[in-house]
Amino acid sequence: MRKVVEDHELINIDCPVEDNYIITFKSPVDIPEVKPGNFAEIQVPDAPDVFLRRPFSVLDVDYNERKISFYIKAIGKGTSKLGSLPIGKKVNIIYPLGNNYNIGEDLKKVLIVGGGSGIAPFILMGKELTARNIQVVFLLGGRSKKDVLLVDEFSKYGEVLVTTEDGSMGEKGLVTQHSVFNKENFNFDKVYTCGPDPMMKAVGEIAQEKGVDCEASLENMMACGFGVCLCCVTATQEGNKRVCCEGPVFNVNYLSW
Amino acid sequence: MVDLGVNVHQLKFKNPVTVASGTFGFGEEMAEYVDLNRLGGIFVKGLTLENREGNDYPRMAETASGMLNAVGLQNKGIDYFIEHIYPNIKDFDTHIIANVNGSTIEDYIAVTEKLNELDKVPAIELNISCPNVKQGGMLFGTSCPSAIAVTEAVRKAYDKTLIVKLSPNVTDIAEMALAVEGAGADSVSLINTLVGMAIDAETRKPILSTVTGGLSGPAIKPVALRMVWQVFKAVKIPIVGIGGIMNATDAIEFILAGAKVIQVGTANFIDPHISEKIVDGIEEYMDRHNVGSVDELVGAIEV
Repeated sequence: MRKVVEDHELINIDCPVEDNYIITFKSPVDIPEVKPGNFAEIQVPDAPDVFLRRPFSVLDVDYNERKISFYIKAIGKGTSKLGSLPIGKKVNIIYPLGNNYNIGEDLKKVLIVGGGSGIAPFILMGKELTARNIQVVFLLGGRSKKDVLLVDEFSKYGEVLVTTEDGSMGEKGLVTQHSVFNKENFNFDKVYTCGPDPMMKAVGEIAQEKGVDCEASLENMMACGFGVCLCCVTATQEGNKRVCCEGPVFNVNYLSW
Repeated sequence: MVDLGVNVHQLKFKNPVTVASGTFGFGEEMAEYVDLNRLGGIFVKGLTLENREGNDYPRMAETASGMLNAVGLQNKGIDYFIEHIYPNIKDFDTHIIANVNGSTIEDYIAVTEKLNELDKVPAIELNISCPNVKQGGMLFGTSCPSAIAVTEAVRKAYDKTLIVKLSPNVTDIAEMALAVEGAGADSVSLINTLVGMAIDAETRKPILSTVTGGLSGPAIKPVALRMVWQVFKAVKIPIVGIGGIMNATDAIEFILAGAKVIQVGTANFIDPHISEKIVDGIEEYMDRHNVGSVDELVGAIEV
């Protein structure tokens, strides 16, 4: 697959909640097909204390307008800097990287479980599932109401369920405690998840109990993002595998976490 | 027209720009980013006799102007390389140089003997300086008697160009270089990573699963330059300079300090095109300074 390695112009930053940014760039070249789960490596400009690129799932793509956007939560030096860049800044980005979520031909209804910034790959996923007439239910979790973003956007593609740890939105508790898992008829054909490792592990376990296939997207630290540093590995049934190439999406049964 | 070619022992490099082992895979992974045929050489990912899974995650920590890694020589072993990887890369118009590792001298010899049979691998880099393995690795490269022993043993098993990769984690790197030169090395490459560590103050835990790891990137460049210069003054064999080279100017500095060939390492992670850009940049520098051949620049700092 053709990889873009180009300086992109930053054309918009939305900040729906403090420290959470939707950043949109304009590509100087045609954007190759980006699949749900693919990620990009962004070089943080004007930040001498940020040495390596930062990996982010692609949030959305507008192929006609050559626009690509990312959901970035400011949690460190690199992400904070990206959220404070001026409009017009040139930012070098490499994509599309990694594998993608597998959408089987025979799926009728799927559950997507996203926590925190782990919701990022699921806009593209919602578009793809809708295009294939697959019914989707989103279950989004956060500590509090302000951590649950893009609900309106997700609603375009399917029902949105919410849990918050403080009960300020949706059901109170963790995503894995949501009543959707307690219904007698858990009628989903597949579960897709992205978020903190403990959440994904718990979601994977529930899916296994219910006999439903589950894919998780990992966000291990990377030095390169394109397969040569071997820093981002995760333990699997077949030994250590690169999250950047064999992943970031893995079937939970394949992981040894 | 400038001549970018350099010779290391019997091996002619089309230009002095190569890529460091562990930062470029086996070359094929980078083929969609770099015209491999434009590089002087590719030092491929470190090989061992048997499959190695490497160390547990986390294996990497970003640091000021650099990074720590503790990959631990993850690779599928020499036989897998010969059967499944070598056929894909042997016909690139660049030197494929194998990086050889072992826990024992016998391991090093066994890997070397297999590589000696490969027509399109004209040189090996004997890695006696990996800081991230429990046995062998850097232990061989931090004492003169053991460095001599492994170099002599591999020399007997290898007919082509033998480059020995030195550890900076020693008191006197010139002494180590002299020792391996005496033991039959055709060239030395330096430096491997400096042993370091990173701590998360909030959790009071080390960031790396192995606690310590190898520091690379521009943070180590001044140390590397100093060591290349010290070794240049001590030995007669050519030097392959490594350590935090991010651009063509850095590469020229290493050549001026005494390196004939340079390796681009960590910079590949940040700009996958950087190795080709450095080839262009060296040519531009030589044009600008009216330098006809790279050899005129080797060790040419005016002290």
